[in-house]
Amino acid sequence: MKRKIFTIASAASLVGLMFCAEAALAQKSGGVLKAYHRGTPPSGSIHEEATNSTLTPYMGVFNNLIMYRQDVARDSLETIIPDLAESWSWSDDLTKLTFKLRSGVKWHDGKAFSSKDVKCTWDLLQGKSKAKLRKNPRKAWYKNLDKVTTNGDGEATFHLKRPQPAFLALLASGYSPVYPCHVSPKKMRTNPVGTGPFKFVSLKQNEHVKFTKNPNYWKKDRPYLDGVEWTIIKSRATRVLAFIAGKFDMTFNVDVTVPLLKDVKSQAPHAVCELVTTNVSTNLIVNQFKPPFDNADVRKAMVLAIDRKAFIDILSEGQNLQGGAMMPPPSGVWGMPPDFLKTVAGYNPDIAGNRAAARKIMEGLGYGPDNRLKVKVSTRNIAVYRDPAVILIDHLKEIYMDAELDTVETSNWHAKVARKDYMVGLNLTGIGVDDPDANFYENYSCGSQRNYTGYCKPEMEELFAKQSMMTDQAARKKLVWEIDKKLQEDAARPMISHGKAAQCWQPHVKGFVTHVNSLYNNWRMEDVWMDK
Amino acid sequence: MSTYLVKRFLLMLLTLIGISIIIFVLLRLMPGNIADIMFDSAGFVDPAEKAQIEKELGLDQPIPVQYFDWIKGLLVWDLGFSYVSEMPAIDELGPRIPITAKLAALALGFSILFGLPLGVISAVKQDTALDYIMRIVSLSGLSLPSFWLALLILMFFVANFGSIPIYMDPPENLWDELVLYSIPAAAVGFRSSALIMRLTRSSMLEVMRQDYIRTARSKGASENSINYRHALKNAVLPVTTIIGIEAAFLIGGLIITETVFNIPGVAHFLVEAILMRDYPIVQSLVMLIAIVTVVINFLVDLLYAVLDPRIKYAE
Repeated sequence: MKRKIFTIASAASLVGLMFCAEAALAQKSGGVLKAYHRGTPPSGSIHEEATNSTLTPYMGVFNNLIMYRQDVARDSLETIIPDLAESWSWSDDLTKLTFKLRSGVKWHDGKAFSSKDVKCTWDLLQGKSKAKLRKNPRKAWYKNLDKVTTNGDGEATFHLKRPQPAFLALLASGYSPVYPCHVSPKKMRTNPVGTGPFKFVSLKQNEHVKFTKNPNYWKKDRPYLDGVEWTIIKSRATRVLAFIAGKFDMTFNVDVTVPLLKDVKSQAPHAVCELVTTNVSTNLIVNQFKPPFDNADVRKAMVLAIDRKAFIDILSEGQNLQGGAMMPPPSGVWGMPPDFLKTVAGYNPDIAGNRAAARKIMEGLGYGPDNRLKVKVSTRNIAVYRDPAVILIDHLKEIYMDAELDTVETSNWHAKVARKDYMVGLNLTGIGVDDPDANFYENYSCGSQRNYTGYCKPEMEELFAKQSMMTDQAARKKLVWEIDKKLQEDAARPMISHGKAAQCWQPHVKGFVTHVNSLYNNWRMEDVWMDK
Repeated sequence: MSTYLVKRFLLMLLTLIGISIIIFVLLRLMPGNIADIMFDSAGFVDPAEKAQIEKELGLDQPIPVQYFDWIKGLLVWDLGFSYVSEMPAIDELGPRIPITAKLAALALGFSILFGLPLGVISAVKQDTALDYIMRIVSLSGLSLPSFWLALLILMFFVANFGSIPIYMDPPENLWDELVLYSIPAAAVGFRSSALIMRLTRSSMLEVMRQDYIRTARSKGASENSINYRHALKNAVLPVTTIIGIEAAFLIGGLIITETVFNIPGVAHFLVEAILMRDYPIVQSLVMLIAIVTVVINFLVDLLYAVLDPRIKYAE
């Protein structure tokens, strides 16, 4: 019997291998993938930036300890696979996460990778090392990290202050590459050195950023491409026309807006385009430290005045999604489902009823048709910010608020927000990882640099920690919904919509999978090839 | 003449010093600096880290100290480092200047080559169908925004030829370069050629009514000789002034054209540098543009004397 099972298993394996071999043979090596980029990346140092301008082209330079599967569209804890780590294990109390590291891996400059590099990277992120990052936008992700220790060259352990099963989700993000100890942060900004499938070649401002194949890549037979070249084209009209004309194999990371997608489809019907949720939300930041929005009732009235469907219909032809802080399903793993969402104040589809309730609140505060509240809505002077701000101003008129648009040059926006020099701000937030730990700690937790409004409630901190420690993901999801509901009702950062945009590529580009719940995790490019 | 030249040279120097101060101070009066921009891509501003960056870049120094450091550098051809790329400003600007210079020269050549003869023809053929057509074309040249025209050209090419005439890689030879730059040069030069044409036309019409033209005609001179030897030579003076001014104004048109055609010249780079508050790049580049403008104006003044022997510069 045993022998029979062995024979069947062997035959099955052989058939499987034959299929795999055929699939592997089908992939062609060679060719330089040409894509366009929307603007010069601010630097090549992924850890210092919070923009896909850097992450998209540079992710292929690096490896993480672990990563999200590139061929699965929806990132979750189940799609995490080993990268520089061969395996990982948790201690029984879930406070120690140990990684067994690959041996024989080399940095692009020929030096050997070891556990010291892992320690160095997270020491740098925690501000413990002598070398300093200029900027550290994801400091809040590692709030719970106590230290990293090494055991020889092949093992690194992350010591957490309390259990955090979803810590893996953060480490798997494209935003969590391992940096070399021996290269300074300054050099990483201009000439990054990684272990990844592509080596950095050159960056010329407003012209291009180029990468070439790493011939010594530790993953056998990867990458397929000889290189990736990003041509920088600032004018969106020009770059989309250039893609239509076939000058590029691929567009920039979800660069095609819903209205533009129609043009691309009609003028380049052969192109492959996927409209995906981006995990970038349009939301409001409300200054809770200055009148009139220091009054919770005024904030509540404002939230009730928003007609989210109107925003979505006008701005994205009905494509964007309604949701809370977490990205809504079906793409999002943690977002509130539609039925639950309806129970959140302001999300009831009866807009007239919501606004009547809002007016009642305002009347209770002494406002009315003859005593209207003057409000200033500040936002960046960029269409994607300005357009929703104009719609918001229109909605606020319904509840005795006369709002004025205050457009701010991009260079001054964060300085203004940091000074709390605004009443209401129209803001866009991109989430690197579709996991509550990333979102809550980055955007809503006390003391986080990117918690623009300064929202800080001890009871919410407890809830953030509680969900973070849960191992039962189904139970965790229910708690996350409750937290999200509370965040919306507190007007911590009222959500307007979750964006959708398209990624397009020419049909000869194979092996690229757009991820539906993050822009930031699928740009390793090692499995991409060209059927030319 | 030599006294005039010395006086003009000193005036040029004084103008450039004034411009350098204005550029320097205005840049620093603009709200926000490179540290703010750097933090923009990180999505937050940390005051301590921002102060550290300002210190690293010398932005914490008093403005007069920063100014004299810059001038000292300029005198020894040290333009400083780009704040954005952390590369020497000269390395960033060096390869881009010839690209814009070639584009500007082509655009200017296009405007003169079309504007001047068409202006003469329009004047000679006054109130004929040809004159009306040329006047309509010149009016459209003045009223079409260059960014719109440039986009129309791109859309036309994509729709009809399935290709797009934008800069992708450096051209390999002179012919490639000419082909690559001719379309953007035409797009940016169209407005200038329209202006030159209208000015040439009105100037020619005025000259053609002068007594000496009648005299030339009565002496039996040919129409070509009257138009080009007698009339155009006198009509071209105000046009020369406009060509000089347009040469300086071209940079404005080039910003848009370089952006739309994706040409890596200095004009588009300047706008980016202003947005990024990349002071070393902006200061150096604006000074360069100022020098070019001042020199062109000086040359135009000298050209007057060549074109019109009645003009003499006093000793």
